[in-house]
Amino acid sequence: MARLSLRDIKKRFKTTDVLHGIDLEIGDREFVVFVGPSGCGKSTLLRLIAGLDPISGGDFFLNDQRMNDVPPSRRGIAMVFQSYALYPHMDVYENMAFGARLMGLTKDEVEKRIADAARMLRLEALLKRKPRELSGGQRQRVAIGRALVRKPEVFLLDEPLSNLDAALRSEVRLEIAKLHRDIGGTMIYVTHDQVEAMTLADKIVVMNAGRIEQVGSPRELYETPANTFVATFIGSPRMTLVDVTRDGEKLAVANGGSIATGALPAGDTFKLGLRPDAVKLHRGHAGDGLTAQVVYTEYLGDNAYVYSRLADGTLVSARTGPNDIYAPDEAVTVTVEPGSAHYFSAEDGRRLTP
Amino acid sequence: MSATATNYYDRKGLFATLGRDGMLQIILIANTVLMLAPIIIMVFSAFKTTPEIFKSPFGIPDFAQVANFVKIWSETNFLRYLLNSFIVTGASMVLILTLGTMAAYAIGRYAFTGSNFILMFFLAGLTLPLKLAIIPLFMLMRDLSILNNQLSLIFVYTAMGLPTTIFIMTGFIRSLPNELEDAARMDGASEARIMWAIMLPLVRPAMVIAGIQNVVPIWNDFFFPLVFIQNDSLKTLPQGLTTFMGEYTTDWGVLFSGLTLSAAPIILIYIVLSKQFIAGMTSGAVK
Repeated sequence: MARLSLRDIKKRFKTTDVLHGIDLEIGDREFVVFVGPSGCGKSTLLRLIAGLDPISGGDFFLNDQRMNDVPPSRRGIAMVFQSYALYPHMDVYENMAFGARLMGLTKDEVEKRIADAARMLRLEALLKRKPRELSGGQRQRVAIGRALVRKPEVFLLDEPLSNLDAALRSEVRLEIAKLHRDIGGTMIYVTHDQVEAMTLADKIVVMNAGRIEQVGSPRELYETPANTFVATFIGSPRMTLVDVTRDGEKLAVANGGSIATGALPAGDTFKLGLRPDAVKLHRGHAGDGLTAQVVYTEYLGDNAYVYSRLADGTLVSARTGPNDIYAPDEAVTVTVEPGSAHYFSAEDGRRLTP
Repeated sequence: MSATATNYYDRKGLFATLGRDGMLQIILIANTVLMLAPIIIMVFSAFKTTPEIFKSPFGIPDFAQVANFVKIWSETNFLRYLLNSFIVTGASMVLILTLGTMAAYAIGRYAFTGSNFILMFFLAGLTLPLKLAIIPLFMLMRDLSILNNQLSLIFVYTAMGLPTTIFIMTGFIRSLPNELEDAARMDGASEARIMWAIMLPLVRPAMVIAGIQNVVPIWNDFFFPLVFIQNDSLKTLPQGLTTFMGEYTTDWGVLFSGLTLSAAPIILIYIVLSKQFIAGMTSGAVK
């Protein structure tokens, strides 16, 4: 059992406020991903949960026990570091045994736990190797093994895949997902990569500038982003935001035509959010829609993304079939799949519902 | 005229012929010769009588002629001096490395008010020639009644060695990844254990550098023993060997054999420890 409860957590480094009051509940066995751009405070928050940095304000509870002043090793939390932080002078076995021994376990228990972890992570053949004799992926597994051996209630993973190459990354991502199913602990995972967040998480916490922008399942974040930050951060290519004004039942772009997008929210001006799959392109400037000019096409094999510029200068990305080839500067008309557009307030960027 | 000029410009320079690495090799070889020549002459002279040394200073001696070594052995307290040198140097090195590493660890790892001042304080020690303070030091040792006592030497050498040691170690410790410490802290290690079990093995290369940096001048020091030590049974090697340096006559052969014997341990230590430089201890810690 591990339920984490963060109440109004603040962090200040000298005079700089890094976290401005974080409220968050994390349930037992949840896989939670903190995601956000660099410097948004996600790693700082992780270090506060780990106990590596003191909390400047607010309370952190683990299973209803206040943890603010409990030293890291007594919190029942283990952490996998971005650089792995393996002890370079110890072999793999010693790396895993170091923490287990300090927990006061018997020799047999330490050996048993290491054997279990090594089997689960396929490290048996590497136990006598030093970290420098391991590949990146192997080091990664040792770092996870070191955390496993302590049998923590909560696992913290700080950008664990950022040092791996792309091919290995998706492989280890699968392994981490499998690991979470097998051992069932609560996992908190920090990344700036929204693909990792979308594929791994039960619950994503989108952070920006020391605040939580939105908490929700990957589907919730993708389908109902709470504001323009989340809308543009989740999803690739990113959502296009267009400034529009209401024109009867349609939406007009400055000197660029108007489109029907289905039911509209109240108000006269707002931001229209378009995901690439909501956008339809038609050749030539004709009929209903926004006039645009193709800028370039990204061909990805099974589909293609076409970027075109609207009359007001906004770049719109549209997903097309791999055989729909558009030449640069070709004139196109943009329409929107009815009901698939998002609307945000022009003032504060919050989501508006029709 | 123009043909010769072209030829002159076409001719490859030394640098082009040998390349950068070739030039480096030549410089390194020349340097090696310069460095080794005095040592070789010292060893050669150890096997010669004084007239032979002056007659053919660079000649290869008869290595079977060990009269000089016998004389050292029989006419001086060589073993006693050697032991004294070991005691003084050993104790100083233990103190320097222990205190230096602890101080450097604190300065390098913990952010506390005044840490920079303390570092500056130690670094200021680098700029002070301790020999200038010999008279106050003498009075200090007299008042502590440790004149004619090896403690006086050990204290002075420790004070002399700490600035360089702290300078070298602080820089090195600061370069070690913070995440290692965090990992150990998550594993439940105490601050003392983090230093002992995690950091100390990693700073060993720096300790060796600091050690070599300090051991040579301490082992070879002549000045402080000359001032502080009068008792023959407490003399260190460089001091003891001056027995053969008279006001009017000097037995150069015996002196050189004594020097050879006294240099031998330090050269051995150097050879053994230099392997430590090469071992890249931190490789594999972080990517």
